[in-house]
Amino acid sequence: MSGSLAFDEYGRPFIIIRDQERKSRLTGIEAHKSHIMAAKAVAGVLRTSLGPKGLDKLLVSPDGDITVTNDGATILKQMDVQHQIAKLMVQLSQSQDDEIGDGTTGVVVLAGALLEQAEKLLDRGIHPIRVADGYEMAATVACEHLEKISEGFKVTPKDREDLIRLAMTTLGSKIVNRCHRQMAEIAVDAIMSVADFDRKDVDFELIKVEGKVGGKMEDTMLIKGVIIDKDMSHPQMPKNIKDAKIAILTCPFEPPKPKTKHGLEVKSVEDYRKLREYELQKFETMVKQVKDTGANLVICQWGFDDEANHLLLQRKLPAVRWVGGPEIELIAIATGGRIVPRFEELTKEKLGTAGTVRELSFGTTKEKMLVIEDCNNSRAVTIFIRGGNKMIVEEGKRSIHDALCVIRNLVKDSRIVYGGGAPEISCSLAVAEAAKKISTLEQYAMKSFSEALESVPLALAENSGFAPIHTLADIKSRQIKEKNPRLGIDCLNKGTNDMKTQSVIETLSSKRAQILLAVQLTKMILKIDDVRGSADQM
Amino acid sequence: MVSLNPVQIFNAGAEEEKAETARLSSFVGAIAIGDLVKSTLGPKGMDKILQSSGGIQVTNDGATILKSIGIDNPAAKILVDISKVQDDEVGDGTTSVVVLASELLRESEALISQKIHPQTIITGWRKATDEARRALQSFARDNGNNEAKFREDLMNIARTTLSSKILTQYKDYFSKLAVDAVLRLKGSGNLDAIHLIKKSGGGLQDSYLDEGFLLDKKIGVNQPKRIENAKILVANTPMDTDKIKVFGSKVKVDAVSKVAELELAEKEKMRDKVNKIIKHGCNVFINRQLIYNYPEQLFADAGVMAIEHADFEGVERLALVTGGEIVSTFDAPESVRLGKCKLIEEVMIGEDKLIKFSGVEMGEACTIVLRGATKQILDEAERSLHDALCVLTQTVKETKTVFGGGSAEMLMADAVSKLAAKTPGKEAVAMEAYAKALRMLPTTIADNAGYDSAQLVSELRALHTAGKHTMGLNMKEGEVGDMEKLGITESFQVKRQVLMSASEAAEMILRVDDIIKAAPRPRQPDHRHH
Repeated sequence: MSGSLAFDEYGRPFIIIRDQERKSRLTGIEAHKSHIMAAKAVAGVLRTSLGPKGLDKLLVSPDGDITVTNDGATILKQMDVQHQIAKLMVQLSQSQDDEIGDGTTGVVVLAGALLEQAEKLLDRGIHPIRVADGYEMAATVACEHLEKISEGFKVTPKDREDLIRLAMTTLGSKIVNRCHRQMAEIAVDAIMSVADFDRKDVDFELIKVEGKVGGKMEDTMLIKGVIIDKDMSHPQMPKNIKDAKIAILTCPFEPPKPKTKHGLEVKSVEDYRKLREYELQKFETMVKQVKDTGANLVICQWGFDDEANHLLLQRKLPAVRWVGGPEIELIAIATGGRIVPRFEELTKEKLGTAGTVRELSFGTTKEKMLVIEDCNNSRAVTIFIRGGNKMIVEEGKRSIHDALCVIRNLVKDSRIVYGGGAPEISCSLAVAEAAKKISTLEQYAMKSFSEALESVPLALAENSGFAPIHTLADIKSRQIKEKNPRLGIDCLNKGTNDMKTQSVIETLSSKRAQILLAVQLTKMILKIDDVRGSADQM
Repeated sequence: MVSLNPVQIFNAGAEEEKAETARLSSFVGAIAIGDLVKSTLGPKGMDKILQSSGGIQVTNDGATILKSIGIDNPAAKILVDISKVQDDEVGDGTTSVVVLASELLRESEALISQKIHPQTIITGWRKATDEARRALQSFARDNGNNEAKFREDLMNIARTTLSSKILTQYKDYFSKLAVDAVLRLKGSGNLDAIHLIKKSGGGLQDSYLDEGFLLDKKIGVNQPKRIENAKILVANTPMDTDKIKVFGSKVKVDAVSKVAELELAEKEKMRDKVNKIIKHGCNVFINRQLIYNYPEQLFADAGVMAIEHADFEGVERLALVTGGEIVSTFDAPESVRLGKCKLIEEVMIGEDKLIKFSGVEMGEACTIVLRGATKQILDEAERSLHDALCVLTQTVKETKTVFGGGSAEMLMADAVSKLAAKTPGKEAVAMEAYAKALRMLPTTIADNAGYDSAQLVSELRALHTAGKHTMGLNMKEGEVGDMEKLGITESFQVKRQVLMSASEAAEMILRVDDIIKAAPRPRQPDHRHH
């Protein structure tokens, strides 16, 4: 407890912090050590999930729900972490997830390794700030080197094959790799149909990922349209509509409700009858207004009562009620219709069109879903995932999301590097080389950085059941000898270390973000030298 | 305070199990669940009593058993989930799927202890699953084009499904019931049209299939109890007080006499409504909602039979069966399609009166009346019959069939073993294990009946290796027999789903090497200090 007591000029103790005895405090090297331990513990959890042979984690939520996943961000999010530094690691993978969508495990493993290396440097008496500076310099070197070894990649709707391989690299580590190729194709097709190549952007709002338990994973499909978890409002409405003209309404089939507070008083029999008339008439006009525009399907955000429902049936106007806000928007985008808030404003031009609208029913329970297909604007797509149990469907959704992110990144920035730990090894070599030219203390930090980079290929080799150090040493020497930065760990035992032949592809943006984010976090943790908290927390 | 202290990164109460411990905990949980339901498998399987606050249930149905037990082990929860999905998807095979998955995990436990990497096991299993599915597919028979043969297939499937349930003694009788009911659907597979009514009393053999439709409701007082050539209006409309729907309206009067006038107006509104309904030319009016005394009396005066409070399913089913539409407004009688049936009458089953609609327009619908001594027997009979109906509708959709009695499993095991023999590498060991797990199903069936399973299964294995793929277990005699002659048939769809779901779940559990449990949410959070 050094430095926590101060004395005044008469030598009396002087209290600076209130309730000092109830606060705990870690300072200096102790604080650093404790942080590094926590970060290593978190990285240790994720280490075994890395790579195509990585294993899954089973997470039980506070309410007893189960998640089985391989996705770093999801594992950390649900891990119920309390330690403050561990929380930073959780946020790290979260920001990789938000920014890139993939590589969430790798970034945590890298940050863990960087801190582990930093610990050794601290033990040798190097000041944390110097370590941080050295890491920063090394990261710049590594990123420059990454750009040097990156390759251009043609992203056009025609080169489907290469993109599929890229998606397959991402999906390789997930449980969905049983239908590896099919899933990759679905992801690529989905992106291709919504991508805007002029703006180099992909609007994720247009891709909806839906899941339904049951069937088998092979039944997963891409629907060029929208699926909504609803059925027709009246059981006797047609289940299949061709050339649908859709009126998209956000007003209920009810007599209008004035917004101002009001009271309507029925004073006499006369009033009562008039009201009856009015009510009847109102329903009739509403249905008529819709019918007059030529619509043959009504999608309504609100409900309508039995009378309106039957009236719609009689007028041969099938309808869907209680469709949620996001779904309504998606339907509007897909069918090219306008969302209409009032019956009076409904016109022919505002209707959406779709080739077919049909009901899908599942299994022995009476569950139904509505598919809107062959739309005017084929840009809105839905990926519909099936699987034997709830956990698989959920994991399928996450995996597809990762694959979508990766392809999107490639549309944005079409440069790639090869996977399998190859870029890490290559960068590690480049950083080690650059370190030699530096005359200050930072040289040691850069050397450590280069070693930390090796942690990713090491973990890959370990998870794939190889002797890690032996394999890594072999590939390192070969990379130098053959001057080939594409050599990596042959996780799937395909017989070649050249990742180009194996077509293991990752995006440059993802790799670069991993290094930058990991270094940022490491620097931040290294700069903390004092932690205060209430006693029970530490 | 020293840095050597262990660093706690999780919240208090959270647990982490790693590597071997995690695997052990999943294996133990999954195998325990498998063993729990194992004894219900096969024609000689036993039942379980499930006790809950709501009373007791006696059942043989895997999904029902697993649904009712509280489980904490995460791997066990995954197995419960797959049995539920199996139930929703195909309706039968809920026990088999859990037993197969847990046997797969039991086999993998041995492999893991031999230090084989889980991913290697999974690769082997995937190849094995594909091979098994291929074998199953190539051996499946399709009699979908031959009506007589297909009916025979369906009868066999129903008998096989029912033979493991409480209905086994009357399985011929109930198979006929189920097949008749399903064939009436003419391939639509819409189970809504088959109505199951349970009435306690009598014996199981007193159950029967009624060609018409039975509604468990009463006819209003003073109304005709029997109507021939009925024209039915099925409606969903309030017949108590028809409220004004304009928002914010309320009645405010200044004299008692005005109230009376309004009351009259309301009555008048109701009478108008009844008149409009009668104008449709119907002589039977069935409403989903209540019918108050006043309109009921009006209907009675007009000689119309009025049935109130038919629940939602009842109304939908009636509309489906009689070919009418569900009506809520009554202003356009000419465009409303009325339902028709030849005869409506009150019938007695046991002590209860039911309304019977016979000679309905769509010949698809029917009602099965189940009779039995106790509520538990009736419930179990309903579940069994429901299973059989589900399997039959699945078979009508996908007409392929395979043989039961463990022959399909032996066939797949045989194919997988052959593949394993040809495969170099560690995966072959996993495939062998897969084949072994498949063979555990016939073993369990034989064990449950008290026969010498080792003897029977090895005989079967030899026969299958020799290419006699129709051989299976004859559970009546306790010997190996030809399933084709015995007529033990199962649906291809169900078998395939069992295979796929079980391997998927086992694979998922095997892939886990770390279990992180969050601290359970405290029951009553204390808000005073926050």
